[in-house]
Amino acid sequence: MKREMSVRLKTVLYGLLCVLCVPFVFPTWWMVTSSLKPIQEIFAFPPRLLPETWDFSAYRQVFELQPFAEQYVNSLYIALIVTVGTMAVAAMAGYAFARIRFPGQNALFLVVLLGLLIPSEVTIVPLFQMVHTLGLTNTHWPLIVVPILGAPSVLATFIMRQFFIALPGELEEAARVDGLGRFGTFYRVALPLARPALGAVAIFTFLHSWNLYLEPIVYLSSPEMFTLPQALTQFVDAYGGPMWNVQLAAATMTALPILVVFVLAQRQFVEGLAHTGLKG
Amino acid sequence: MAQTHLKLTVADRADAPPATGGARSDGGGRPFWTVRRRDNLVGYLFVAPQLIGSALFVLLPLGLVGWYSLHEWNVLAGTFEFVGGENYDKLLADANLREVLAGTALFSVGLVVFNLSLALVLAVLLNQRLRGTAFFRTLFFSPVVVSLVAWTIVWQFLLQADGGINGLLGVAGIDGPNWLRGEGTAMLSVIIVQVLKNVGLNMVLFLAALQGVPAQLYEAAELDGAGAWTRFRRITVPLISPTILLTSIITVVGSLQVFAQIAVLTQGGPGMSTTVLIYYLYQQAFQFHHFGYGATLSALLFVIVALLTVVQWRMRRKWVFHEA
Repeated sequence: MKREMSVRLKTVLYGLLCVLCVPFVFPTWWMVTSSLKPIQEIFAFPPRLLPETWDFSAYRQVFELQPFAEQYVNSLYIALIVTVGTMAVAAMAGYAFARIRFPGQNALFLVVLLGLLIPSEVTIVPLFQMVHTLGLTNTHWPLIVVPILGAPSVLATFIMRQFFIALPGELEEAARVDGLGRFGTFYRVALPLARPALGAVAIFTFLHSWNLYLEPIVYLSSPEMFTLPQALTQFVDAYGGPMWNVQLAAATMTALPILVVFVLAQRQFVEGLAHTGLKG
Repeated sequence: MAQTHLKLTVADRADAPPATGGARSDGGGRPFWTVRRRDNLVGYLFVAPQLIGSALFVLLPLGLVGWYSLHEWNVLAGTFEFVGGENYDKLLADANLREVLAGTALFSVGLVVFNLSLALVLAVLLNQRLRGTAFFRTLFFSPVVVSLVAWTIVWQFLLQADGGINGLLGVAGIDGPNWLRGEGTAMLSVIIVQVLKNVGLNMVLFLAALQGVPAQLYEAAELDGAGAWTRFRRITVPLISPTILLTSIITVVGSLQVFAQIAVLTQGGPGMSTTVLIYYLYQQAFQFHHFGYGATLSALLFVIVALLTVVQWRMRRKWVFHEA
């Protein structure tokens, strides 16, 4: 382990890494470049890594064929509210389950944990019926309220609990002696320390909401209410065939901003996800 | 872990809990709002949103799944009629369902095996002392943050008969199949697309586990003459077995929730070859409007998820080296 690796071994390892990363990187490259190709070039043989003529018209068509700007705003605001809401709900519940003793705590925690066992797909039929009864189909309410309070936030609560359990108790003792109450201790002492766990919760909650597909197609029916995943599949011609360059332009606009944020903040992303309660 | 014991001796000068009007005297001078009572109140208030949510959006719907599954319920026809176990009889007699379950099993097993082994290979590679591993880690992880449907659409485009994959194969002189229209290749395609999308998550969890394996163990084993493969099998695998258990549970349960990829790539076809249980449930409930039978399939999905989780959890005693 301490010895330097031989040059040959290094070359082999780098070669392996380069070959392995092709299927991870090529699709994104292909998505971006194909969206800039004119339609007759899109299935050209042999495939070209860059467009021969650059054509931005697909990006205009995206906005002409669908209320894409509205759909973008829908996805963005829903994901942001769900993220902030989940962070609040999970931080409070996780803190209480980890640091406060109250009667019935363990039983209540088990009840909450059941949510981990029940994927939201299992309950989609009754959830749809509940939403329908309340007259909330084709609104964004079910896409906001159910993830914040229901099964998707349980994992977040679990991660926050694992984090708070590992927090040294002396900090809280000190805060209490200084005259802070429970809420003050939580808000001023524990919460600021929980930033890494909160970051991880924020990232995967945002991605979960941003990627949600089954729920929107079940609840939403009019294009101006759609979120991005559903909107992406709507760029079809009169015969139902996909309009590839338009679809890929929309996909690029959906994927690229998050990808850029990820590359800029990849350390927080990767390490945040690895070093929370998810670690075995 | 037990430092949350309450110190009742701490004087009652803490802030009042948020929802009460402050300390209230209770008869003989002892304040009613003792530290313990305040803590109880704050505890309940803090867990209330999550608990109410669990009751309303997890437990109640789960109960309703059971109740609905006892009914013949066609939303279009407006019928809702108690039929007892009829839907379950239908379930047992449903010839399509057998095919669906076989497809689901094939998909889950393929996904878990491929995902975990690739994740482990990548993690081991990235754990080598090489420059630039952070760069490669970013690349391998990047599909995780690419919007799921966007990723699936790109692969749908790549896997067309005249798409990018066959274009590249054609350059190499290979005549590629129509991936999404062939029975075997469609399933393979869906599995590979899904593995590439999410393997980065498991890779990162494995990497964190590998970095926790003490280097002295490897050095000692090397002195004893153990080769690289033996060191991997006898030291690495046992020491990261808790993570292998965790990732396999996450991946198995996750594989049963794969919906968007199938809806976009194959719509369950060709034939029913990629119709997994969750997609079949969606078709029955929301395309054919059989809500009662849809609920019965939901109940089946729940039982499968619960059983798999319990079985894997039980198995940990057998092969997980030590518990954190």
